[in-house]
Amino acid sequence: MAKVLMKGNEAIGAAAIAAGCKYFFGYPITPQSELPEYMSRELPKAGGVFLQAESEVAAINMVYGAAGAGARVMTSSSSPGMSLKQEGISYLAGAELPCLLVNIMRGGPGLGSIQPSQTDYFQATRGGGNGDYRMVVFAPSNVQELVDLIIEGFDIADQYRNPVMILGDGMIGQMMEPIEFKAPIKRELPVKDWATVGTGGKRKPNIINSLYIAAEALEEHNIKLQAKYKTMNETEQRVESYNIEDADVVIAAYGTTSRIAKTAIAKLEKEGYKVGLIRPITLWPYPYNEFKKINPNCKGILTVEMNNGQMIDDVKIAVEGKFPVSFYGRTGGMIPTPDEIVENVKKIYGGEK
Amino acid sequence: MTVVFEKTKGLTDVQTHYCPGCTHGIIHRLVGEVLEELGILDNAIGVAPVGCSVFAYNYFNCDMQQAAHGRAPAVATGIKRVHPENFVFTYQGDGDLASIGTAEIVHVAHRGEKISTIFVNNAIYGMTGGQMAPTTLIGQKATTAPFGRTEEHSGRPIKISEMLSTIHGAAFVERVAVNTPANIRKAKKAIKECFQIQLDGKGFGIVEVLSTCPTNWGLTAPESMKWLEENMIPYYPLGNFRRPGEDE
Ligand SMILES: Cc1ncc(C[n+]2csc(CCOP(=O)(O)OP(=O)(O)O)c2C)c(N)n1
Ligand code: SF4
Repeated sequence: MAKVLMKGNEAIGAAAIAAGCKYFFGYPITPQSELPEYMSRELPKAGGVFLQAESEVAAINMVYGAAGAGARVMTSSSSPGMSLKQEGISYLAGAELPCLLVNIMRGGPGLGSIQPSQTDYFQATRGGGNGDYRMVVFAPSNVQELVDLIIEGFDIADQYRNPVMILGDGMIGQMMEPIEFKAPIKRELPVKDWATVGTGGKRKPNIINSLYIAAEALEEHNIKLQAKYKTMNETEQRVESYNIEDADVVIAAYGTTSRIAKTAIAKLEKEGYKVGLIRPITLWPYPYNEFKKINPNCKGILTVEMNNGQMIDDVKIAVEGKFPVSFYGRTGGMIPTPDEIVENVKKIYGGEK
Repeated sequence: MTVVFEKTKGLTDVQTHYCPGCTHGIIHRLVGEVLEELGILDNAIGVAPVGCSVFAYNYFNCDMQQAAHGRAPAVATGIKRVHPENFVFTYQGDGDLASIGTAEIVHVAHRGEKISTIFVNNAIYGMTGGQMAPTTLIGQKATTAPFGRTEEHSGRPIKISEMLSTIHGAAFVERVAVNTPANIRKAKKAIKECFQIQLDGKGFGIVEVLSTCPTNWGLTAPESMKWLEENMIPYYPLGNFRRPGEDE
């Protein structure tokens, strides 16, 4: 198929429709509004329904209803809106309903700014809603990957009966890049025989629910959920790494910052430095094992994020104290420059190459 | 032997957990009977709230989803948009619908969403132990209004039916009570009419049912019926507020 030039937010919509998404419930917020706008225009043409909800709270609960009714459904928002969706996300996880969630992050806390950020890492990976739940969180770093992961994300959601999140930022949402719609890997997906579609008089009623009032029953439900998360953890980790087996310094970065890190690495290599990169594609499950491949003589790991240090916690868990871990981040919509990263890598070298 | 009275097929054989004298049971039965009589049980998808009727998903003999506190109208919207041919209803208490979920109920009416809502107004939070609801009457005691509700502190009790009847998309709004056999018959008639309006594709319908909470009102079952009649009905007048086409 020929490549087309598309803006990230619109590419998400196109990818979702290509993945067979039929329902979109959302509420406007910058910098992701082009996505609901695109869906309002394109989804009806594909035989689907776009509905602008009265709030993010309503939108995610519409997603819950539609997912429970057996549909391929998604919603999107940006940071403050995603905070409002946490209640519904917890319910979706509790009731084991598949759906795709997109967070195109902006700066916070509170109303923050409309510029790109990566400040919702904790919320996305630790479960911003109540309860012990997990979901696959993808952090694409270019528009092509965004498209590929949206398509896969729907399948993963259906396979595990669990919400899946795409965690992007204002940069990737607003950026235009050439993309290609590839045929996705076909997964064997389970039949949605649990969905509420009306009994048709042919079976006992189906119930979508996250309430288990007896302690034993709730524990049992949680044990079942944890077993599912364990399988997800073992099978869905994605990571890209570069040169980590013989690097002196390894940069850990995801999404937009990983692209800037790549530019910094190219500069450093020209000057004779040996710098590697670990780019988690899934932020949960986190690719901890990849860090075991790092050169044992590595001088240190530099975590780069557009926040004040959130993924650095996972990096520290991953390196198990074997290497010093340092952090460089910009916030408020400020984006780290390649030169700033170069400077921080050189600090780890401490003058000696 | 001729059968003169049967349990409705609209309810499952599960024993309900409602307190003795609570009218949630009567309202369930009416909804079950109407679902059966309209022949829509096989096609219905219900949404249960939080509150005492949270287990409604075990009681109605049709597909059911449980919703977060107050969000049943949004959940029902999602279901209805996916399955416009199915009959979709919510069953909600007054804490659920008139407090945390006011935005959701207003907007489901505003959109003219083709769903039906049974709104059980017992003027208190039952399940959580008798706290004040937006519908708690002036002077009525609740665990969070121990000296009785005052207008100065908490405003006057909200009249949901009157409020929703100002919204164009609300095709059917009626308030009923289940305190006497005659009122129970009227309540059933209203529920049937409300459900029919959805089946006819005319928009959103709601039946507000004045209900009792003997446990948290601290009254016996017969006293509760009397209290409902003497205190609730004067403030929450019964009757129809809207039928399709009334503000064209
Ligand atoms: C987000 C959230 N807040 C609070 C609660 C606790 N809660 C459960 S039921 C309820 C009140 C329900 O009252 P009402 O809707 O009047 O129903 P009733 O029990 O009287 O039938 C509350 C506050 C909850 N489940 N979820
Ligand atoms: S607490 Fe009140 S509303 Fe709840 S079941 Fe008991 S009597 Fe009914």
